[in-house]
Amino acid sequence: MIPILTPPNLSVVSEPVAKESKQMSAATGRETAVSTPKRWDRKHTARLLTWLTHIGALVPLAVLLVEYFTNNLGVDPVREILFHTGTTALVLLAMSLAVTPVTIAFGWKQVIPLRRPLGLYAFFYVCLHLLTFVWLDYGLDLAFIIDGIVEQPFVLVGTAAFLLLIPLAITSTKGWQKRLGKRWKTLHKLSYLIIILALIHFIWLVKNVYIEPGIYVGIVALLFLARWNPVKQKLLRWQRQIRSRLK
Amino acid sequence: MLIKKRTGIEIPSSEITPESVYLSRRHFMRGAALSTAAVAAGGLLAACASPEAEPGSSATDVSAVQTAMPGKVSATADELGDPLNSFEEITTYNNYYEFSTNKEAVAPLSKNFPTAPWQVEVGGLVNKPKTYGLEDLMAFEQEERIYRLRCVEAWSMVIPWLGFPLSKLLNEVEPTSAAKYVRFETVQDRDNMPGLNSSLFPWPYVEGLRLDEAMNDLAILSTGLYGEALLPQNGAPIRLVVPWKYGFKSIKSIVKIDLVDTMPESLWMKTAANEYGFYATVNPNVDHPRWSQATERRIGEFGRRETLLFNGYGEFVAHLYDDPDFDTTQSVRGQ
Ligand code: HEM
Repeated sequence: MIPILTPPNLSVVSEPVAKESKQMSAATGRETAVSTPKRWDRKHTARLLTWLTHIGALVPLAVLLVEYFTNNLGVDPVREILFHTGTTALVLLAMSLAVTPVTIAFGWKQVIPLRRPLGLYAFFYVCLHLLTFVWLDYGLDLAFIIDGIVEQPFVLVGTAAFLLLIPLAITSTKGWQKRLGKRWKTLHKLSYLIIILALIHFIWLVKNVYIEPGIYVGIVALLFLARWNPVKQKLLRWQRQIRSRLK
Repeated sequence: MLIKKRTGIEIPSSEITPESVYLSRRHFMRGAALSTAAVAAGGLLAACASPEAEPGSSATDVSAVQTAMPGKVSATADELGDPLNSFEEITTYNNYYEFSTNKEAVAPLSKNFPTAPWQVEVGGLVNKPKTYGLEDLMAFEQEERIYRLRCVEAWSMVIPWLGFPLSKLLNEVEPTSAAKYVRFETVQDRDNMPGLNSSLFPWPYVEGLRLDEAMNDLAILSTGLYGEALLPQNGAPIRLVVPWKYGFKSIKSIVKIDLVDTMPESLWMKTAANEYGFYATVNPNVDHPRWSQATERRIGEFGRRETLLFNGYGEFVAHLYDDPDFDTTQSVRGQ
């Protein structure tokens, strides 16, 4: 029901950042002509949003470290760290996928440059998550680790999600964006598959109480829905109506 | 009154160490696990070793002594030489869904759970049905049993239980020749157990054993741990402990024990019979449908250890499953 790979016409989605920033500067350029203070506002907002993203994305790591050093991770710290890093990674992945729906629903184009740091922080937490698994949980014992990955479908799915994230992290730079051109956009549509794998990973490891993963499935479903053309068009229309009324 | 007697499993006297030595060894083991891993990881996260886990930190750590030992126990390790888990670990990390599905939330939520007066109704296919009050249950000679507890979620602890063999109680009520299984039921105290409002589970919690399993000396009804009465989060005032099966078989806060002629359907069988079967014996070779049972994480340790067949109690219980018609995968998954 929910299209995984959206049709090509739905692509506020993965417009390469280079192009978007050009659009933006064009926009701000126009504004400049009208009034200088406004341009300052925009720049400030952009910088503020970037900083908030960096700080917000590092808070979970800080919390984890504080809890570790103050001995507040409970009696099964390994599990706690796995949960903490896994949940953070999932939330950041969802947030990077929320960028486009937010522009569709609210027209906040300022959030577009946040997609890359959000995705990279998600990758960072997945790396911590994986490191916790192979080191703290499995004590770097290769035989145990192999059994732990191969015999546990939920870990296998998580590993697939991790492997698919690697090329996206590598090609997230402007240079790669230029080099890959159109194919970059196609490649980065893998993020839809990745979050679906991550959700399956989560659902699969739960013991009968599916409320928490259910909430994430619901949120991600809404994010996908917003990209679906009929819904998208409706959202855009509402947005235009509200804006014209506000004027 | 408390008689420390251990049957079945003897711990070599060399394992009966003074508290101080025990604690420093435990700390050392944690530290060792961490530092080995740190070396192997190129010292990447070596700074993460908390002071608490440092090798050689000794018994001067008074708070650790206190939390580790509220009461008296006769040994500091199980018969394999693995140290007991601390009182704190055992009483703050609990699967008890009648209170919460969050392990850490069970202890605070169950703090005021009333466990007295308490009655256990024993009946069904028996000659002498009887309702036991708590005093009657405490009148059985209480023994200490140091058992490994292996959870189906692949973590484990070593716990010094107090209690008495289930067989003693069953012998008193005299099962008839028609009795084949024992069915246990947990209290449903809706006022004090918030988890019972969850419609995700077909309450009450029910578990069962085959009669010969129930009569095995290792199966106990426990009334305490670490030399003290059980706390609500551990299944006060009385619970089952069957150490060769996954933890969910060891039903808590029992109010009813019935001898029956057909296999009782447990709460977990009703919920997901292919994942949590009737027999549920610990077996590293038969995986849970969604995760591996080959290894386990001992609470308090980093890294993993290999899971033992029958949780290491094969010598005492393997014969129960010798019947050539018995499907061994069924022993884990039920039917
Ligand atoms: C995109 C990649 C991944 C994401 C988003 C992710 C996310 C999550 C989430 C949300 C949880 C559950 C947290 C909770 O219950 O609160 C979790 C648990 C877990 N994940 Fe991942 N994960 C990923 C990849 C991996 C990989 C690569 C591995 C190992 C190779 C792994 C192993 C685990 C384990 C062992 C648990 C804990 C299971 C338990 O103790 O119940 N995950 N993960």
